[in-house]
Amino acid sequence: MLNLLFSLLFLLSLFCAVLTGKETETGRALLDGAGAALRFCLDITGSLCLWSALSELLAQTGLSGRLSSALRPLLRRLFPRSAREDGICEALSENLSANLLGLGNAATPAGVRAAKGMAALGEGGREELALLVVLNTASLQILPGTIAAVRASAGAASPFDIMPAVWLSSAVSVGAGLTAAFLLKKLWRCYR
Amino acid sequence: MALLSLTPLLLLGFSCLYALALGVDAYGALLTGAKKGLTLALELLPALVILFAAVWCLRASGLSELLCRLAEPLFRFFGVPEETGLLMLIRPLSGSGALAAAGELMETYGPDSLIGRTASVMIGSSETTFYVISVYYSAAGVRRTGWAIPAALCADLACFLSAAWISRLLWA
Repeated sequence: MLNLLFSLLFLLSLFCAVLTGKETETGRALLDGAGAALRFCLDITGSLCLWSALSELLAQTGLSGRLSSALRPLLRRLFPRSAREDGICEALSENLSANLLGLGNAATPAGVRAAKGMAALGEGGREELALLVVLNTASLQILPGTIAAVRASAGAASPFDIMPAVWLSSAVSVGAGLTAAFLLKKLWRCYR
Repeated sequence: MALLSLTPLLLLGFSCLYALALGVDAYGALLTGAKKGLTLALELLPALVILFAAVWCLRASGLSELLCRLAEPLFRFFGVPEETGLLMLIRPLSGSGALAAAGELMETYGPDSLIGRTASVMIGSSETTFYVISVYYSAAGVRRTGWAIPAALCADLACFLSAAWISRLLWA
């Protein structure tokens, strides 16, 4: 997909530049763009490092561990079959709380552990695995740190002021994902 | 809103306090984390170079204008800024590519413009869908993904639309 997309972008730009007679500008733009990318990367490195430092501290103080025990009741409702197994339930709550805190590096290993456990539970487990995947693709972040770091270095007045909008939009996305999962699950069963 | 801009400092202050109380090496954790940030920036650079080069070509050749004009009726109907089209295409496929696309929009239109904010909300409330699906399913050793992909794409679509609508409501 990405191969096709980027090949198309470059080829179509080439055609369009020749057709509109903007060969010189387009040729320059290719190199200028690459230079601008490096400057942009340097600009965001500082705030990116600071955010990663904060994430690491959050992870090491075990704050996400506290959050995860608060999430158990919710998980029992969403994943009734898997939550009965202690190991899976623990991995699930770790995954969810790391996602909420925006600690992507900690979320994936926990999620993968849960996924492995679920796959071993047979058909019911596999359906809950699909739900876990949908939840993880819908993003449940409370702290959108990375994008705020980029906003800060691009000169935003208040980089974190997008948070309420991110919460709302995440909620809509999770709601849509759960609804779609619920409906599609029924449809899939009928189909078989 | 003023409190929101203090979020990182508040979090940092309280987690330092908490770390001190627990006896966790706070400074060491910060240094380790900052080093990870450096790796992240380094991993981001290739995606940034290719995307910036492609988008700058697209603009200079006049193709971007043409595409925007073609897509405008559809995007206007859904209330989404047409400049975010490329970002929405890349988002489910590549995290660094999408972050680069959002960064490029912020460089061009400003982070506090409606386009810059819409792009930020879109990134903040979505995930790299296909990457997540492939990691989880291959780790679990399950080959039939069933309804997971269509449901995840529904969530992405809802996320993009609501990001655009909420941003327009709050900041237009």
